[in-house]
Amino acid sequence: MDLVSSIEKEQLRKDIPDFRPGDLVRVFVKVVEGGKERTQAFEGTVISRRGSGARETFTVRRVSFGVGVERVFPLHSPRLEKIEVLRKGSVRRAKLFYLRNLSGKASRIKEKK
Amino acid sequence: MEKGILGLKRGMTQVFDEAGRLIPVTVVEAGPCVVVQKKTASKDGYDAIQLGMVPTEEKKINKPLRGHFAKAGVKPMRFLREVRLADVSGYQVGQEVKVDIFKDGERVDVTGTRKGHGFAGGVKRWGFHRGPMAHGSKYHRRVGSLQSRDAARVFKGRKMPGHYGADRFTVQNLEVVKVDPARNLLLLKGPVPGPRGSLVVVKDTAKK
Repeated sequence: MDLVSSIEKEQLRKDIPDFRPGDLVRVFVKVVEGGKERTQAFEGTVISRRGSGARETFTVRRVSFGVGVERVFPLHSPRLEKIEVLRKGSVRRAKLFYLRNLSGKASRIKEKK
Repeated sequence: MEKGILGLKRGMTQVFDEAGRLIPVTVVEAGPCVVVQKKTASKDGYDAIQLGMVPTEEKKINKPLRGHFAKAGVKPMRFLREVRLADVSGYQVGQEVKVDIFKDGERVDVTGTRKGHGFAGGVKRWGFHRGPMAHGSKYHRRVGSLQSRDAARVFKGRKMPGHYGADRFTVQNLEVVKVDPARNLLLLKGPVPGPRGSLVVVKDTAKK
């Protein structure tokens, strides 16, 4: 194994659940606020996973008060307390960017059986 | 300049720091190096140590260099570079120099050979702005005015298109994110000159 990937391997987290684009997840993020640390949850649909090794990131999209909000998290970041998979989605794409153009009923994702 | 070491650029990646921030790093495999020659101000006019890295076969080295290595009593090395230092009294010929001379959080300068870009225009070579690419514009990536009309000539040093890269370049004040003495690795914050596998010289920084 080359040196760069061996360094990345040390960074990898082993407690990451198996999830894919289309899944509904809840991400618990540690945030520092006024010197104190607390955990914040962000719930939404995974619309993309990209990169490999320690550089991998995933994008979570949710619509809150009619406004689309997307957050990109580094998958192996120590700032993520945990990732909960709430629902498996059935989709036919690896990147669900088309959801940005849909709203309401049209933006639902079928559950995977 | 108190210390220096040779290294090979291995590539870039990212690591998380204690606060969980992502830091871009360059992985440099530095040393172990051997002091092949010591230059002193009284004898050579300046203070420096000559470092060798990566032991190689004797037949790959030419005869004059073979003699040079034999005189120092060390194995023939693939890379040989001088590092100028303020004080060389602490070094002996044949002494090993390893990455543990650096500590986490220290600042270093890295010298190497930049990637060659061939004959490059003003936009790539000097960061000039380009003109509009469409809407009837005929002025795309050319250099603009060279000088005011009153000067009636072009001053020396005008930035123009020409050969770019493949030259010696130093990045100053890079942070050492991590030192790994077991694997002879240095993780430096940010990019360093040259392609992967190229030789770089890492010294403590001139900026204080």
